[in-house]
Amino acid sequence: MHIVDGILSPPVLLVGSGLTLLGVAKGLRALDAEQTPKAALLCALLFVASLVHVPVGPSSAHLMLLGLAGLLLGWVVFPVLLIVLTLQALLFGFGGITSLGVNTLNMAVPALLAARLCGGDALCATTPRGAVVRGALAGGGAILLAACLVALSLGLSGGEFWLAGQLAVVANLPVILLEGALTAAAVLLLHRVQPSALVLRLH
Amino acid sequence: MSRGERGQGALWSGLAPVRPDAPLLALDARLRILALGAFALVAVGLGHWPPLLATLLLASALALAAALPLRATLKALLVLDGFMLAALLLLPFTLPGTPLFTLFGLPASVEGLHRALLIALKANAVLLAALALVGSLETVALGHALHHLRLPDKLVQLFLFSVRYLDLIQREYARLRLAMRARAFVPRSNLHTWRSYGYLFGMLLVRALARAERIQAAMRCRGFDGHYHHFRHPPAGAHDLQFALLFGATLGALLAWELLV
Repeated sequence: MHIVDGILSPPVLLVGSGLTLLGVAKGLRALDAEQTPKAALLCALLFVASLVHVPVGPSSAHLMLLGLAGLLLGWVVFPVLLIVLTLQALLFGFGGITSLGVNTLNMAVPALLAARLCGGDALCATTPRGAVVRGALAGGGAILLAACLVALSLGLSGGEFWLAGQLAVVANLPVILLEGALTAAAVLLLHRVQPSALVLRLH
Repeated sequence: MSRGERGQGALWSGLAPVRPDAPLLALDARLRILALGAFALVAVGLGHWPPLLATLLLASALALAAALPLRATLKALLVLDGFMLAALLLLPFTLPGTPLFTLFGLPASVEGLHRALLIALKANAVLLAALALVGSLETVALGHALHHLRLPDKLVQLFLFSVRYLDLIQREYARLRLAMRARAFVPRSNLHTWRSYGYLFGMLLVRALARAERIQAAMRCRGFDGHYHHFRHPPAGAHDLQFALLFGATLGALLAWELLV
């Protein structure tokens, strides 16, 4: 889902980076200084998760946990994902430097939307079955939306990239199942063990 | 997770330079970050063969000057190329133009191939420069440099804390994963595996949140007021200025070349 340097057109890069800048600013304002360790631990967790490969069909996929990130971080997901992607680019060469803003946007927006639609107090108050459904929707939906945003960024950069973008969505369909099931289980566990974590207030 | 098992340090400090006395490593961290930004913008903005090849050469020179380990660097580049292979292979078929050859009745255009190679050049050049200029920095030094570049305090702190916890979370993950292996868990492509990984990360979260509470209590008890002391950076020296001028002139020359071709 990372877009490398040299593909995106200048308007897409500018708009994407600008929106990410706004999101990061909003996320940092939402983050209370005392809560920094909590956000940082979740940031480290997302980075470690991104190195874990889980079998899907004949192949395997690395985890992204976007839905979970959104549920637990809210707007803070913007600065956190920016850091995760920066570290990935600098340590392993995943993604690009100029495309950092667009890549962050493509992943943070779905995470945020998943949290808005499936998370919050309602998730905390629901039955275990409800928690599974909401978790699955947040986890799978975030990946689907992220893949669509990647396709959109590619397509807007040039008509010749539409096909690659569509392929990216198709290639991620099994990952949607994986992340949906995985997030549902994780949310169910949190719902049972520590429901307060699901309405995590970082401010 | 074979990467994590290489042990501490290898994973979180980027590519450790082969020689600690390599010339590029003596440069000011702030300068290296700014240089990478300028390099990336110029490389992405170029559209012709000769100047792009020159940027790749420049990036290779930077990698040599930073004494990057050859194998690890090549591996990172291979990963990058794997990432974009699909998108680039499609380009000759999706970009209309002079047909070069046909595959299953689909014409591949010269223009598409040309474009795909240009993108590959740009992406590799930028990544190589990133690994050489900033990837060779210690992550903590990078955080302090970002502070001195006037990035928001909260962002820099979030970065430094995250880097600090990477190893911790990694060990916690390895421990939980080992416990699963002790119970004969073998990952396969099925719901049981996905659910088990879900519980694994749920548990990791519970532990991380508990740890966050403890850290918060410890910080509160020490009167943390949202600020940390940062290392003082020496003012940029003469060799930093020389590098800045030389690098800036080279990038300027590349841009001029691009306009003239």
